[in-house]
Amino acid sequence: MEPTMSYALELRCRSCGKTFALAPQAGCDECFAPLEVHYDLERAQRELRPETFRSRPANMWRYRELLPLPALPAGAISTTQLQIGWTPLQPAPRLARVLGVRELYIKNDAVNFPTLSFKDRVVAVALENAQAFGMKTVACSSTGNLANAVAAQAAALGLQAFIFTPADLEPAKIAATLVYGARLVQITGNYDQVNRLCGEIAQNLPWGIVNVNLRPFYAEGSKTVGYEIAEQLGWELPDALVCPMAGGSLITKIHKSFQELRQLGWARNATQIHGAQATGCSPIATAFKRDQREIEPQKPQTIARSLAIGDPADGSFALDAIRASEGACEDASDGEITQAMRLLAETEGIFAETAGGVTVACAQKLLRQGRIRAQARLVLVITGNGLKTLDAITPALPEPVRLPPRYRAFEDYLSTFATATPADPVLV
Amino acid sequence: MPYQVRIPTPLQKFTSGAATVSCKAADLPALLQELSERFPELRERLCEADGRARKFFNIYVNDEDIRFLGGAQYRFQDRDEVLILPSIAGGGD
Repeated sequence: MEPTMSYALELRCRSCGKTFALAPQAGCDECFAPLEVHYDLERAQRELRPETFRSRPANMWRYRELLPLPALPAGAISTTQLQIGWTPLQPAPRLARVLGVRELYIKNDAVNFPTLSFKDRVVAVALENAQAFGMKTVACSSTGNLANAVAAQAAALGLQAFIFTPADLEPAKIAATLVYGARLVQITGNYDQVNRLCGEIAQNLPWGIVNVNLRPFYAEGSKTVGYEIAEQLGWELPDALVCPMAGGSLITKIHKSFQELRQLGWARNATQIHGAQATGCSPIATAFKRDQREIEPQKPQTIARSLAIGDPADGSFALDAIRASEGACEDASDGEITQAMRLLAETEGIFAETAGGVTVACAQKLLRQGRIRAQARLVLVITGNGLKTLDAITPALPEPVRLPPRYRAFEDYLSTFATATPADPVLV
Repeated sequence: MPYQVRIPTPLQKFTSGAATVSCKAADLPALLQELSERFPELRERLCEADGRARKFFNIYVNDEDIRFLGGAQYRFQDRDEVLILPSIAGGGD
């Protein structure tokens, strides 16, 4: 019979190495550092093969042994019944030509289900653990995508959800939280202040706050982005990858997933891991460029609100991953972000949210600087859907044309194009 | 003049259960020193071997991160409310 149990062993402090049982806990009780799930990789090596996954359903649960998935109490609905992950790794030849790179792929979590961002992956793992720990109320601090994912999945599982966000969230992200019946609490402050409040709530209430006391479990869900990229490339790793950074967790976990695959002997090649931030909130990129180890917090000021975390909890680990993999960091201004959102949409038909614009714009800079080689096989990680940040992109788009319903008027319109061939007007 | 320092729940076992402690140190290095002397078990949790604040917790003064107020240079004021909080979380997206 196929093994189905998770190979997760324990939590381990990322700084001092102290170990803990797999239970809700925000950080190490000795040094406050974040905790990380460790696995029995030797068992994985004995019992699993890359081919094992081929026959499994096309979702993130195909890697269940390498995720912390505990047994659930009777009657609970498992998040593993939800269709999450296995998003397209889309070849992007037209964008590759514009950016000047040999081989380019978009890992497209703008179409991840159920809420159109990569956050569905992490929330699914967090809520599975919340149920195993007997929690009835779940919560999160969020800049939007996480809010949507927690609200939707809590509804599907019959859990109560409280969502804490900055008060200036995009309208689409507010509606896409409230519709699920979640209690949305808008805090008059920035994300880092919301986060601090949630840290205090976690100390006082028995709630499962997905990115606080469930964080070690939650963060593991991000590894599936890395596993999928490897499997979709035929168990090869790309030469380079560009990932947006907010708290720094996703990039750290993609790095971890690639390391695990190398440890398991399923993939060999080295991947340069590059980090992308908005210039208006770039504490990690700034530390990289200044060659510092310490991350100085910033007050965010950017249209990429999903990346507006001025005090990134995993920032130093993200820097470690970038430096260890010989990657680099870049940042993009608001104008560069909307331009890159349009470029991705116009060349590849992918409408990403502002964070996707950050990733594409930074990849372009890194290629120009030669930090990414033109001969590379490159993957860009797109984490959220453009329909959620319409307010940011709309001012950068042209006005549509408005005509009366008469063919003559349409002919006049066509005659304004560069060539007068109505069959194939040249759009300029 | 003293000000109040709020101790995070996981550290209250080292302050005999006290959730707030009245302190009078002038700045952050002196505050860490004062807390270390009064509650010796707190020292290794709050400080690196060289006495500097550990990386994985943040200090807030009246709801503002002390790093935005000048960090070690900030002089505590009468009636400041100081909060020590582990810097967990952060993955909002």
